[in-house]
Amino acid sequence: MLEQYGYVLVFLTAGIFFILGAFITGWVLSPNGLLGLKYKYKKEILVDTYECGVETYGSSWFRFNVSFYLYALLFVIFDIETVFLYPWAVSFRQLGLFGFGEMIVFIFILLVGLAYAWRKEALKWE
Amino acid sequence: MVHLIANLLQQALGAVGLSGFAFIINPIVSAVVMFGGISVFVMFLVWMERKVSAHMQSRIGPNRVGVFGLLQTVADALKLTTKEDIKPVHRDKIPYYIAPIIAFVATFAGMIVIPFDKGVSVQNLNIGILYVISITSFTVIAILSAGWSSNNKFALLGGFRSAAQIVSYEVPLVMSLVPVIMTAGTLNLNNVVEYQQKAGYWFVVPQFIAFLIFITSATAEANRAPFDIPEAESELIGGFHTEYSGVKFAMFFLGEYIAIIVSSAVAVTVFLGGWLPLPFLGSLPIPGFAWFVAKLLFVIYLIMAFRWTFPRLRVDQLMDFGWKVLIPISILNILITGFCILFFGKGV
Repeated sequence: MLEQYGYVLVFLTAGIFFILGAFITGWVLSPNGLLGLKYKYKKEILVDTYECGVETYGSSWFRFNVSFYLYALLFVIFDIETVFLYPWAVSFRQLGLFGFGEMIVFIFILLVGLAYAWRKEALKWE
Repeated sequence: MVHLIANLLQQALGAVGLSGFAFIINPIVSAVVMFGGISVFVMFLVWMERKVSAHMQSRIGPNRVGVFGLLQTVADALKLTTKEDIKPVHRDKIPYYIAPIIAFVATFAGMIVIPFDKGVSVQNLNIGILYVISITSFTVIAILSAGWSSNNKFALLGGFRSAAQIVSYEVPLVMSLVPVIMTAGTLNLNNVVEYQQKAGYWFVVPQFIAFLIFITSATAEANRAPFDIPEAESELIGGFHTEYSGVKFAMFFLGEYIAIIVSSAVAVTVFLGGWLPLPFLGSLPIPGFAWFVAKLLFVIYLIMAFRWTFPRLRVDQLMDFGWKVLIPISILNILITGFCILFFGKGV
């Protein structure tokens, strides 16, 4: 059982090594890398922030639209709902009518929440 | 084949006197084989996408490198590796390098549970569906950290939009699978296909709406047109990967295509009967693996065709569609399915 999840761990680690290998290959072959062509250029311009040639003004770590935050909050609520839905769905037949009724109540409460957010225009993008 | 290589390597380890490490050979060999296979398949898919696009726009498409231009992607990959690695000075170093790694690894690890044929998957986890959904949703972290760490206004906007979009379409994606789980009573992808074999129908027939919701959300999750506002070229240069070049860009590209493969493979397994043959064609001597790949290519073709048949959505339209259309429909679908199972017996 746990051995199966060992595969997941190995895949994650191996994936990281594949990417690192690709990075190293890129570094070896790229210009000014280990084996690539060597040339000189005005580095300040090349490595500056890319904004289609216009010089960038200020930092880009600025305040962002509050809508993103509202959607994130709603997402957390609905994602937790799905966490409850999955085990319920697996044993749906054993739970029978009672389990179904319970889930209807649960979903109904969430739908009221969604309707409230909708009504309050939290789902409106500005 | 995997077992053959693994056995050889285990014997080699035993000969050197390191047989204690033999247990690690199997997973490593399967990871390497999976990586090789998936890279070749992604190269084929890029070529296929370019050919499909060309066909839809009455162009010829790549036809110079190799037969039918099949080697075009190999040439492109070589070009990307030999490109200079431009590192923007204002970047936030650690997340900047972690982002492409997560973008690839998260989707790559999702391939573990996909059953290519009867009982042929790297590991047949008993929570397969839950696992593949949860591990592929890590890509949102990659996109956010790529957008944030580039210190580029366009990249940041793209990253935020993408995070909001992925998060919004995650909910209908997950919910569209619930009716299938209720009917089949399992989270194991192998067992879902076996249930379809026993029941004699594919889930796409009774759950066609769920299938549509799944494909739509999967397209949005993979940031593909018509849901490609995170990297809308005409507005945001390149979105979250504006500041990435060379190999690091290639890794994002690879991760994106693997995400398409994984979600299409889940759609094939859950809704289209996985390795099962088409109806009335079961007597043909075609292996299950070939059926699986054929269905996979069909679903991927659908997603590619979407790109040229629908215009790009605006941000507000996109969010509205997710929250006000897809989520209510998928909840209704769950309730109707539950009602049918309880009151009309086993079917549906």
